[in-house]
Amino acid sequence: MDPAPLLTVDHLKVYFPILGGVFRRRIGEVKAVDDVSFEIPQGTTVGLVGESGSGKTTVGRTILGLQPATAGSIKLEGRELTGLPASEFRPLRKRLQIIFQDPYNSLNPRLSVADIIAEALEIHFPEMNRTERRDRVAELLTQVGLQRDHLDRYPHEFSGGQRQRIGIARALAVKPDFIVCDEPVSALDVSVQAQIVNLLQDLQEQMGLTYLFIAHDLAVVEHISDHVLVMTNGKIVESASAEAIYEDPQHDYTKKLLAAIPEL
Amino acid sequence: MTAAAPQPLLKIDDLSVQFATGRSVTDAVQHVSFAIAQGETVAVVGESGSGKSVTALSLTRLLPSPPVRYPSGRILFEGEDLLQASGSRLREIRGSRIAYIFQEPGTSLNPVFTIGHQIEEAMQLHRPEVTDVRSEIVRALDLVGIREPEKRLGDYPHQLSGGMQQRAMIAMALSCRPRLLVADEPTTALDVTIQKQIMDLLRDLKRDVGMAILLITHNFGIITGIAERVVVMFRGRIVETGPTEAVLKNPRHPYTQALIACVPKPGARQRRLTTIDHAALEAAPAEAVIHD
Repeated sequence: MDPAPLLTVDHLKVYFPILGGVFRRRIGEVKAVDDVSFEIPQGTTVGLVGESGSGKTTVGRTILGLQPATAGSIKLEGRELTGLPASEFRPLRKRLQIIFQDPYNSLNPRLSVADIIAEALEIHFPEMNRTERRDRVAELLTQVGLQRDHLDRYPHEFSGGQRQRIGIARALAVKPDFIVCDEPVSALDVSVQAQIVNLLQDLQEQMGLTYLFIAHDLAVVEHISDHVLVMTNGKIVESASAEAIYEDPQHDYTKKLLAAIPEL
Repeated sequence: MTAAAPQPLLKIDDLSVQFATGRSVTDAVQHVSFAIAQGETVAVVGESGSGKSVTALSLTRLLPSPPVRYPSGRILFEGEDLLQASGSRLREIRGSRIAYIFQEPGTSLNPVFTIGHQIEEAMQLHRPEVTDVRSEIVRALDLVGIREPEKRLGDYPHQLSGGMQQRAMIAMALSCRPRLLVADEPTTALDVTIQKQIMDLLRDLKRDVGMAILLITHNFGIITGIAERVVVMFRGRIVETGPTEAVLKNPRHPYTQALIACVPKPGARQRRLTTIDHAALEAAPAEAVIHD
């Protein structure tokens, strides 16, 4: 039997208004996400692949409550997330985390690594004191392959791959169940890409994490995912296991994405 | 020149580049030599910090000096040593003889001027003899596959997608008819589908325009079918060089082998991706492997 879904997305629509005219009235809409449904079983990785503008990032942001849904439902273990008032959504935020694409812009350059990661702890674990927080941050750093003596350094002192590890430690700080990985390796060298993908897989095994892995590169997505969704123009055009997507792609768009993978 | 053997367009000979800041000196590039023939494409492959971009930027001395120093070497472009050239001579060469495209087209373009204006500026500087600038620009945009170029002339960079911005950058580079195009990670910031289009475009341009290309990348995956020869750089040194096919089929240096192995192969169904074990490479031979 398949494990129960941790996350269920049902007929999700996210439209952005186009305003125009003298009174900035709504003259149309962009259907960024247009009737998308899928589920992610506990402890698995679903890959969401598509080009820029396909709506894949909007799906991730809407699940996290960073973008309101126009219609449809998002359920975490059966509990409806759309339309929740902010006060009720806040405690859920620590269960849902995100790792961003660009490790250069997603870390505050004026905060030390310890402060960047501890910020989340201060909000979600107010009972921890300063020393406990520092110990927890050090533990997180070792989990992602960094060292305790990195605590008081600043983002500019790290390479791209190390910064992405800091971003991962920050996401893990609040002990989430579910992480949206939004193009986490696209900005990295291929050799560093491999390290980060392996790290994400190790962490998943150790902690039973569930991932939505968003990327434009089917080679990486196919590697890390159990199930792959192919998205274009706001719609999912193909949904299949990682093996099937590679061996027997059905949709023309999937074939196009596969053809774009450079061959050695 | 009366020599029988064709003179290479560019010959880098024993180039070393140092960054001297305060009391510390960092050797970014050490004793690098390679050549590019007319119309040839050479790829320099390596990770961040391997010295590949420093090599590319050193060609026309685009790095600020100080802190940059060139303790050894010559950069012979059409027989002229660019390391000895004056500032005004370099300004003549940059853009007109050697043009660059960079990784992030969004930050390379000036956001407050239209695409047409920016290409025009480059042409006025380097090809003042052209009278019908507008139709030349339209031709350049058309050449790089921008549809309805007359309309796109008036677009600002933010109105174009990343792939279109990179095409505009290439058009700008080509408008001055360079002999050598230095493409420094031209597709790293782009989607794979767009990456393929840009690489196909460079391949077509190379065939139709006949310019030489120096392609700088971290990804062995993108160089096949375009680069005739490859130079692999590791920690500022060349570790392996030769015809692309020979290096890919039979990589002999452990670093080259590792760099090729970490490109994800679709359908391989391997649990873990191969990574580069830098500690193990400490013992790697310092001498470069040279394929004939």
